[in-house]
Amino acid sequence: MSDLVSQNLNMIFKTPKGETVHALKDLNFTLKKGELLTVLGPSGCGKTTLLNITAGFIKPTSGNITLNNKEIDGPGVERGMVFQQGALFEWLTVAENVNFGLRMKNEDPIKTQKKVDEWLEIVGLKGFGNTPTYQLSGGMQQRVALARCLINDPDLILMDEPLGALDALTREKMQSLVLKIWKETGKTIILITHSVEEALLLGERLYVMAPRPGRIHKEYNLPFASMGLKEDLREIKKNKEFSEKREEILEMIWNMEEEIMGKDN
Amino acid sequence: MLTQIVTFLIFFAVIGCILYGRRLIRTEKVDAVFGNPERARGGTHWVIVGSSFLLLIWLYYSWDIAKGFYPKSANELCQVAKVNDSLLGLKYQFPIEEREFKSTSQIKKENKNLQQILEEIQGSNELNAQQKTDLSNFIGKTNQLIPLLTNEDLLEIETKQKINDITGKINLLTENFQKPNYPFETEQEYNERKKAVDEEGGWGIVKVSAGTGSIENTIEVPLIPATKRGLKFDAAAQELNLISDEFFKLRNHNPQFKLKIKELKNEIKSYRKELDSEDLASTYAKNIVKIARRIEFASIYPPNALDKMQDAIIKFDNAQKVAQGGLRLIDIFLFPAGTIVASGPSCSEQGSGRWLPKPSDTFNKFALMLKPSVGYKDIPLLWIDMVDVSKMIGFILPDWIADILPGEYPVHTKDGIVKQNFKGYVLKIVTGDFELFKVPVPYGHIWDSFMRVFLGLVFGIIIGVPLGLFMGLNRFAKGFFDPLIELYRPVPPLAWAPLIISVLGIDNTGKVFLLFMVSLSIMIISARAGASGTQLSKIHAAHSLGASKKQILRYVIFPNSLPEILTGIRVAVGMCWGTLVAAEFLAGTTGIGFVENVAKKYFQYEVIWITIFIMGMLGLLFDVTLRKIIDKTIPWRGKG
Repeated sequence: MSDLVSQNLNMIFKTPKGETVHALKDLNFTLKKGELLTVLGPSGCGKTTLLNITAGFIKPTSGNITLNNKEIDGPGVERGMVFQQGALFEWLTVAENVNFGLRMKNEDPIKTQKKVDEWLEIVGLKGFGNTPTYQLSGGMQQRVALARCLINDPDLILMDEPLGALDALTREKMQSLVLKIWKETGKTIILITHSVEEALLLGERLYVMAPRPGRIHKEYNLPFASMGLKEDLREIKKNKEFSEKREEILEMIWNMEEEIMGKDN
Repeated sequence: MLTQIVTFLIFFAVIGCILYGRRLIRTEKVDAVFGNPERARGGTHWVIVGSSFLLLIWLYYSWDIAKGFYPKSANELCQVAKVNDSLLGLKYQFPIEEREFKSTSQIKKENKNLQQILEEIQGSNELNAQQKTDLSNFIGKTNQLIPLLTNEDLLEIETKQKINDITGKINLLTENFQKPNYPFETEQEYNERKKAVDEEGGWGIVKVSAGTGSIENTIEVPLIPATKRGLKFDAAAQELNLISDEFFKLRNHNPQFKLKIKELKNEIKSYRKELDSEDLASTYAKNIVKIARRIEFASIYPPNALDKMQDAIIKFDNAQKVAQGGLRLIDIFLFPAGTIVASGPSCSEQGSGRWLPKPSDTFNKFALMLKPSVGYKDIPLLWIDMVDVSKMIGFILPDWIADILPGEYPVHTKDGIVKQNFKGYVLKIVTGDFELFKVPVPYGHIWDSFMRVFLGLVFGIIIGVPLGLFMGLNRFAKGFFDPLIELYRPVPPLAWAPLIISVLGIDNTGKVFLLFMVSLSIMIISARAGASGTQLSKIHAAHSLGASKKQILRYVIFPNSLPEILTGIRVAVGMCWGTLVAAEFLAGTTGIGFVENVAKKYFQYEVIWITIFIMGMLGLLFDVTLRKIIDKTIPWRGKG
């Protein structure tokens, strides 16, 4: 049982003004090993809170969440994280960023170097080892962030809108890369996104979350990620089923937004 | 010589660059419209023009061009100034440069004074009628003294004779002055003068080869006439002094005047005797007699009595102006904003040349001060001393190391011999009482100032950076140390200086501590800003990658704060440098600020400018070094 299990997870914040915000309410889900879950929802629905709890950065108000039957209590190497802006250490080179986790564990530098080269090749940055990270483009920075996370061989990879800041072309390439890595490593992945298309394309499973209180509104099991492993992503987007699903989810999110903001016009 | 070459080079550079710039403007295809920053690119030739102009203005207004091209001009102008100085008293008697005769203006003045006293007496409530009459009577009598002096018929033959005598002497001087061989000088006199001139030295600072000793007493303008023309003026000035003395000794007192003033004085004296000395009438009487005395000693002459003398003086004045020749042009064009002025026995520069030192003088003096044997106040600017390593070891090792060893220190025997033992040897080592090899150690004013800034900064960084990082991450540390820092930081550092210097001494300890205080607050604030400005995602990432708290501090927060810390250091260096110079002004015996302060006391403008230059250079050096370090260590700054 190497699953991620969440039981009655609740998260309540207190704002400085004294209001309480129910960020997550009674969240129950199980994620099996090797599954790729995408989480979608309007802003304020608790996606990032969920991710932060899973990563161990914050503790839930009540309920528990376990990975491999071990309760999550604080951040750990077995749960790697990729951030929206890369969050690279710009004072280090690409290779130094990638082997950061290994260096912190004082591993043998020669072995480390080999691993770094391997991972750089997988993410398509072969030969960029000595480049300072501030010279890289946004897409390349995300590749480094992926390699940095994967080199620690985590059981679970958490991605917080990793492709949100990229241009459309780079984004497509990176989506393929995420799928490729998922296939090759067989890791469990949770990916949070704003883009409905991305959620559909990458998610083996998809949670649409709703705000106030933050909860899972609807759950999908999707075939597109497995298709994406073989087919071109652009071909999948032309798929009729894909467009139907997209329209359905968009409608759903629009309704949620309208509920919150009130109808425009 | 060098000044001449430099001046010419500057001229050619300016003209060449202006021509080049104009040609460039004509031939360049200019795409940039007005307002486009591209238009300001390049233009090294204009840099040359700009700096040349600056240098040219310096050379010109410090009179260095005059010194370069006409090194003797100051000496000659000094002789001319001597003549003008001697002539001044005589000239003032006549409407040559003034509007009226001295006699006329003095009569006008005293009449006015008498009139004023008269009005005061008439309007006074405290004086009785009798007193008023008496005092008015005295005023009338004083007034009547003046015509006795201005009446030509009363002018004594003897006085007339003397006036003619003086006039004749002036005329003779004018005549002699125009002769080419005036004044006659024997070979011996000539040789003696040349020797004196050589001993006195040239204009400004020319003796760079001075061996040891003080450089404080360099003369500004050489006094002894070095040229034939100068000698002529010098001789004339001496003769004019005699003539002038003779004239001012002369009194136009005829017997009638002498009698009248004696009468008046006695009358007032007896009048005052009868009165209480504090009586108002007595005071008025005293004031009246004062005016009478002024009239007595003023050189008041009948209107036309001195006409011939006036002509003679004008003639001489014209003759000396002609004799100046080209020197007048040099004075007008190469001595801008001032000239050489003689007062009493010495000549000095008055005007811009005084406070704006000549570049050549400045460089000569700098070269002189750089010599370790000269320096300033017996301390070189920057030099190397050979110090035995044992002294350093003795300084670093505390003496109690020997004290805590078992056993006793050696005691002398009854034969009067001291036999060393182990404990004694250790004491020798920890106190540095042994010989090893010597290493060069820099010292001097510049080094002292530099070390103070450096040490203050290093201590500030060593304590401020960890504390600042800690304060940026820990609520307790921030709350605990914040009041302390916010209490002393807003106070201008110099306000602390008197306190710290009087507690810790005027030497290095006090200054280093003051600079430590300055740098500490800056370093704490910058390190704190750096630590608290770390992006949360980076810290999250480091946590997820398995870094411990210590590792996050060392490998994430510290490098992330480096840009702020280094910027803080740059600010701190500037602040420390400024504070140090002012602190050295306050008290101390070494350092660049000390040099400037002493130079100020002795009006050594060259030294002041040299210290300003050194401070600017050192400040620039600090900043450039730090900028290089910043570029090397944090190339990612502003690109993240």
